[in-house]
Amino acid sequence: MKEQTPLSERIITRSIQVAGYSSIVFVLLILSFLIREGAPAFFEVPLKELTAIRWYPIENYFGILPLILGSLIVTIGAALIAIPAGVGTAIFISEVAPQWLKEILKPLVEVLAGFPSVMLGFLGILIVSPSLRKLLELPTGLTALTGALLLAGIAIPTIVSISEDAMNTVPRSYREAGWAVGATRWQTIWGVTLPAARSGVLMAIILGVGRSIGETMTVMMVTGNAPVLPLKWNSLFSPVRTMTATIASEMGEVATGSTHYHVLFLIGIILFLISLAVNITASAIVLRHPKRAERILS
Amino acid sequence: MSIHRKIVMLLILLLMAGCSPVTSDESGDSSAPAVYIENKGSDTMVNLALAWAEAYQQAHPEVQVSVTGGGSGTGIAALLNGTVSIANASRAIKAEEVDTAKASGVEPVEFVVARDAIAVIVNPQNPINQLTLQQISDIYSGKINNWSELGGEDRPIVRLSRETNSGTHVYFLETVLRLGDKKSKILFSMDTLLLPSSEGITAEVRDNPNAIGYDGLGYIIPEVKMLAVAKTGDGSFVLPSVASVNDGTYPVSRDLYMYTDGQPEGGLKQYLDWIVGLQAQDIVTKLGFVPVAAQ
Repeated sequence: MKEQTPLSERIITRSIQVAGYSSIVFVLLILSFLIREGAPAFFEVPLKELTAIRWYPIENYFGILPLILGSLIVTIGAALIAIPAGVGTAIFISEVAPQWLKEILKPLVEVLAGFPSVMLGFLGILIVSPSLRKLLELPTGLTALTGALLLAGIAIPTIVSISEDAMNTVPRSYREAGWAVGATRWQTIWGVTLPAARSGVLMAIILGVGRSIGETMTVMMVTGNAPVLPLKWNSLFSPVRTMTATIASEMGEVATGSTHYHVLFLIGIILFLISLAVNITASAIVLRHPKRAERILS
Repeated sequence: MSIHRKIVMLLILLLMAGCSPVTSDESGDSSAPAVYIENKGSDTMVNLALAWAEAYQQAHPEVQVSVTGGGSGTGIAALLNGTVSIANASRAIKAEEVDTAKASGVEPVEFVVARDAIAVIVNPQNPINQLTLQQISDIYSGKINNWSELGGEDRPIVRLSRETNSGTHVYFLETVLRLGDKKSKILFSMDTLLLPSSEGITAEVRDNPNAIGYDGLGYIIPEVKMLAVAKTGDGSFVLPSVASVNDGTYPVSRDLYMYTDGQPEGGLKQYLDWIVGLQAQDIVTKLGFVPVAAQ
């Protein structure tokens, strides 16, 4: 016979279950809403026009290719800056810095993580963009690179904070084993600590990059929002228009139920799919079966 | 994980959607307004019409003015259907609309309530002082890409524009890029920067000697240089100002209208008289439009 659990405990278990399942329900609800509002776009606009290179919705040009590539170039740029800088900072805080410095740096990074993005956009317009224009002699400082730099600024605190936590949980005995076989400090970090904290560091990167792909306010303020197809070699140094900025600036004025409205939701679906893909990749990497060597180690 | 964050945001939004705002007309039944003015139309004028309505209602609590946007065409259509007392329009009523009005027994009466001028601005370091409309059109459509082609320095031109949802954007497209030609299909060059605010445009023009931008006269700050504009190559170049807009010499300006059905009477007439008066025209200036001359 099953042992009787107290009522309060059963209630708590149930409510936690409901909370857990509700997140699945909400994702499905969001998806079905997005599809309901976005799918008509496929019937109203021929596929050829959707994949065209001109976005000018008030004259019925609905080419979303420049927007997708615009988002990608800014996000990839941000990732290229944020990953080395973020993981490097985490290594420094966790493995190299003396205790007193660690105690100053960690809270500072966490304060940075809570920095409002609209303030970052202001800094971008007033400082980063003019300095970039003068430094690189660009026609304008409102470019994909400016957006990437600021998004990196948003992603770095997340990456640092979470990967530092992950490295902290690696037992000291691992490092001591490394030193015992004669590895230098660098070899131990690169060969032992980092691989052991791998899944945490990966999660940090995914979270950081995920935060930057959905970021709207900052990119809208500093990337110039010109829907140009960013395929030239210097596209990183030219203005681009991202999907998020397009939705944010146009959704407020669009007539509900119009073609433009449906296309904006279609862009929302694409954004959703991209962040879904990023998350699935992340869980696939984190949850994959550990190698034999790792099983023995742990 | 970012999905989770989005869910939380959505939840909050859902919760907020459940709260219905308490509207003032529900709470104040005892002092029901004696005059009710419904005002609809141009999106360009919504802020102006709202500011007027607020100021007027403060002085005249017995009058209630409700303002909605939707576009000039929507406003005029509503007037013809008899659902509003005043239609706001940033363009004059069309001949077809007048015909429709006559057919349904509505007699539209026109009032010019304010004017709107678009100034073309560059960085003060830029030696260019004047351009023709054709030259500005060629710049924005991408035919001219370097300031040296216009006799300036050898610098690339960075084109700045408001977002496509802005009435100013559409007006600039029709009046300047397409030079008022309804059949023209000219579009903004693809690399035109679309900035979300007037402040974004003035900030970039202030800092960047390559930039050209446009904005409502009221938004222009002293740190940028306004260009004198000529309608044709042999015409005279005119700087935008309240005076040049009012005497009609500055080419990139338009009248803003209100239309009523027949000559207004009673409370409606008082409101329209107040709008062309000093106090209301002061609000016009504050919001960046040009007041009408009669004051």
